[in-house]
Amino acid sequence: MKQIDNIEELRKISKEIRKDVLTSINAAGSGHTGGSLGLADVFTVLYFNVLNHDPENPNWADRDRLVLSIGHVAPVHYATLARAGYFPLKELKTLRKLGSRLQGHPGKDHGLPGLELSSGSLGQGLSIAVGMALSAKIDKKDRQIFSIHGDGELQEGSIWEAAMSASHHKLDNITAIIDRNHVQIDGKTTDVMKLESLSDKWKSFGWNVINCNGHDHNDLINVLNEAKNYKGKPSVIIAETIMGKGVKSIENNHTWHGKAPSDEELENFVLQLEIY
Amino acid sequence: MIYKNRGDKPTKTGFGEGLVDAGFDNKNVIALGADITSSVGVNLFAEKFSKRFFSLGIAEQNCVGVAAGLALSGKIPVFSTYGVFAALRAADQIRISVCYNNLHVLIGGAHAGISVGPDGATHQALEDIAVMRVMPNMTVISPCDATQTRIAVKAAIEKVNGPVYLRFGRNAVPDFTATDQKFKIGKADVLQDGDDMSIIATGHLVWEALKAAEKLWKIGVGARVINLHTIKPIDKNEIIKAARETGAIVTAEEHQIAGGMGSAVAEVVSENHHVPIEFIGMKDSFGESGQPEELLKKYGMSSEAIFEAAKRVLKKKRISTLI
Ligand SMILES: [Mg+2]
Repeated sequence: MKQIDNIEELRKISKEIRKDVLTSINAAGSGHTGGSLGLADVFTVLYFNVLNHDPENPNWADRDRLVLSIGHVAPVHYATLARAGYFPLKELKTLRKLGSRLQGHPGKDHGLPGLELSSGSLGQGLSIAVGMALSAKIDKKDRQIFSIHGDGELQEGSIWEAAMSASHHKLDNITAIIDRNHVQIDGKTTDVMKLESLSDKWKSFGWNVINCNGHDHNDLINVLNEAKNYKGKPSVIIAETIMGKGVKSIENNHTWHGKAPSDEELENFVLQLEIY
Repeated sequence: MIYKNRGDKPTKTGFGEGLVDAGFDNKNVIALGADITSSVGVNLFAEKFSKRFFSLGIAEQNCVGVAAGLALSGKIPVFSTYGVFAALRAADQIRISVCYNNLHVLIGGAHAGISVGPDGATHQALEDIAVMRVMPNMTVISPCDATQTRIAVKAAIEKVNGPVYLRFGRNAVPDFTATDQKFKIGKADVLQDGDDMSIIATGHLVWEALKAAEKLWKIGVGARVINLHTIKPIDKNEIIKAARETGAIVTAEEHQIAGGMGSAVAEVVSENHHVPIEFIGMKDSFGESGQPEELLKKYGMSSEAIFEAAKRVLKKKRISTLI
């Protein structure tokens, strides 16, 4: 797919994706608004600049892989896939409805183009990325495996089993991205189960650690390319993000982790997006 | 006995040999190690195909996820460890990463049953069939001897295009099935015919069932012995036929009665042709240390226990025909 380098253009796409997230979750009547908004910039940069992929040919063998380990932010993934041309935008309105290809958490067997796998049980995606990365190494292909994780998700022990195995097998074709928004359903990660020092944890597990601003498109492009080119170790990007980013009135408010906007809220949120 | 024991051999050895066969046949077969490779048969593959073996340490959840990632990239991964860990510790990974994605992953469940022996309750897989058979898309295989296990591995890799759980045991057991047998996943083997009642057995207890049938013959009872090596998809036809033609069934497995192979048989029987069933298996308890034969005897899974269950079920059959 054609790579977009113009930052203004990428920002516009992110704004459209945020609107899609809000309207699709509103239409569904339930869904994870906060995390989906917070990841819009990361998804934009991945699908419109970094990933080697082809919406015309979703199963192209040498495509880069994106493993969404936090299945609950499916709305931002769906919106991005639709904006990239994998399926019609109007299908976003079917989110979470009976018979839809857009399941509440991604379900591969429902046949949505561009979806690599079913996910939704936290802590499993990094292991899958390790399997995909091993496979690429066996076949001597230089496809890159990206995985997206929540910060709360890092409380799952299986993540650290996977982290250990990725560095043991020197899987430098993995880039794990952490959505570091410092919140989870019950509140702040520091209160629920503290994660710091997060960089040190990954470093001690043998990873190349990169910190970045998860809302700065330029920064994201740079660090994703830096990670892609890093040799000898898997890379993790700890992307500082704001849950609910783009809608000022709900930013950093963990109660919006799994809540859908009402019709009035939708109107108001879209307005806030416009003037952001 | 119409079957001849060619010599005792552990089913885990059959699993390892089957993996090596599969490794030669198909370059996409990849084996994952969770440290105990030599006690689950994976060491044989690792020695032959070192570039297609990956050690992942004592981390079963990760192993299952890595297998899923490999399968999503077109490989055929095999992950084997003790059944208690493979089926239970990583159950959520099996459910979502493997079964929901419907991936061709072969999961080997070693140390199946109480005949694991001295290691005791923690390492005796007695709940794995129940947990694995409720997973959508999953195939569950439980071969009866080393030869059949070897052939079953090949079939699981060549003939299935989805997740497979294959359980096998630790100790050496009679190796008696034909080396050129026609093994078909989902098709039960009728090892010996009989009209008075049927014994449907799986895994190591198939041999015990044959011994019980021999004893039954001596008291004038013709027992049909069926090796139900595939628990899912289950061979409904053969089970209904046994119910219809023999009118009484004993099921025998080294597994909890609740949720196991016998329960699967009962689901078929109660829906299609109602006959009395006696269940041989663990009765809602943990095992303990001891020699395999001692344990099979103590927990009621020996050929004698099957023989006694057959007599009980025949009594029930007579009562039900009188009514
Ligand atoms: Mg979070």
